[in-house]
Amino acid sequence: MEILRVTNVKKSFDGEPIIKGIRFAVQKNEVVALIGPSGSGKSTILRSLVHLETIDDGEIYIDGEYLVKNGIYNKPKEIRQIQRKLGMVFQHFNLFPHLTVKENLELAPKLAKLDSEEAISERCVQLLEKVGLQNRLDAYPSKLSGGQKQRVAIARALMMQPKLMLFDEPTSALDPELTGEVLTVMKDLAKEQMTMLVVTHEMAFAKEVADRVIFMDQGEIVEEGTPEELFENPKHERTKAFLKRY
Amino acid sequence: MSLEYILKISGPMLEGAKVTLLTFFIVIIISIPLGLFITLAGRSRFRPIVWFIKGYIYVMRGTPLLLQLLVLCFGLPMIPVIGQYLVLDRFLAAVIGFVLNYAAYFAEIFRGGLLAIDKGQYEAAQVLGMNRWQRMTRIILPQMFRVTLPSVTNETITLVKDTALLYAVAVPELLHYAQTAVNRDFTIVPFFIAGLMYLMITLVLTFFLKRIEMKVKFE
Repeated sequence: MEILRVTNVKKSFDGEPIIKGIRFAVQKNEVVALIGPSGSGKSTILRSLVHLETIDDGEIYIDGEYLVKNGIYNKPKEIRQIQRKLGMVFQHFNLFPHLTVKENLELAPKLAKLDSEEAISERCVQLLEKVGLQNRLDAYPSKLSGGQKQRVAIARALMMQPKLMLFDEPTSALDPELTGEVLTVMKDLAKEQMTMLVVTHEMAFAKEVADRVIFMDQGEIVEEGTPEELFENPKHERTKAFLKRY
Repeated sequence: MSLEYILKISGPMLEGAKVTLLTFFIVIIISIPLGLFITLAGRSRFRPIVWFIKGYIYVMRGTPLLLQLLVLCFGLPMIPVIGQYLVLDRFLAAVIGFVLNYAAYFAEIFRGGLLAIDKGQYEAAQVLGMNRWQRMTRIILPQMFRVTLPSVTNETITLVKDTALLYAVAVPELLHYAQTAVNRDFTIVPFFIAGLMYLMITLVLTFFLKRIEMKVKFE
């Protein structure tokens, strides 16, 4: 079953094409890694899915409903409903600094009346246990390490019970010794069959966890395949040149 | 200089301090929300509103508060034709002047506070499904208040002292009674007492605002 379908998506910034007609899909329970050099448009794609960027043309379908069709966006109310199905984890965590860990997790589901307060609070504790931070319930983000912040951010996104989790370079802002704890959480999610689309520079992670890897360069998808195909036997020169650096 | 004298002149001066405090509280209670409203209105997409607010802030910051008070208290009634309808109670006119002036400063402080908030905060709130109102009230404004609190504190203390400008528009307040006593009794003591009273007010205020600051450190 298809959770995400992106067709012929185009986007320019100030007349400069950033995304030049991209097409790909993500199946339920699949982990897809999106790799490529900086400026290749990976993050822009991810941000377009959650409507932080507006695309110029193309189609985006999420769980069978369209966000954009032929370059025309759905109604705002529909868009908000569709967005509920996506969880997003940012490179810079974007935790709310004036709220405790618990409040960070509970605010959005409570505002959306996703569930009863008790159920939300219960899920909050469960998710923090899952990311190994059950003892930091009442801490403010300023008291957490980068890795802990990102794990809280993952738990916060999971609170909305998304069907697809998007990760925008989740470990790029972390010190090398802190990336492991975040990647472990992501691996656990993958094991639990969470559908994930991950923009990453962690090739080892992509190799180990992803079902499929998409290589982007200069706003286009150059090549895609299983990690074995793409890492062991890349077909395109651009892919080879990029992978050589890792 | 007897204690008796100090007690005698302190009576009317405390009456004056009441006016000072009353002015202070009215102005602070109105100008902070008004300043916030002006900041938010200044982000409107409707350009004329933005221009109007820019002009208003320019005038309020670009001219002396004393001039603004004089215009409101004594200038307005001199406008031909409509002037006769603009004769306000002097205290009221002065309070309006303070409110308009301080709201402009608070608006600029809040504007700076909003600029200090990372774009990622808006994005995270949006992605979590919050609507504009929820993003503003739950995520952005609480952080803005924290960022601007030191500047707001500063401005608040300045207001305590600026209330002395009431003297110039002949609204009897703390400084007025001090000056009267100085002239009448030919002694500097009333000035010292006035100074002490201002210090007491600002001390209590500083203590109170510091406590708020400690509370919203989010650590």
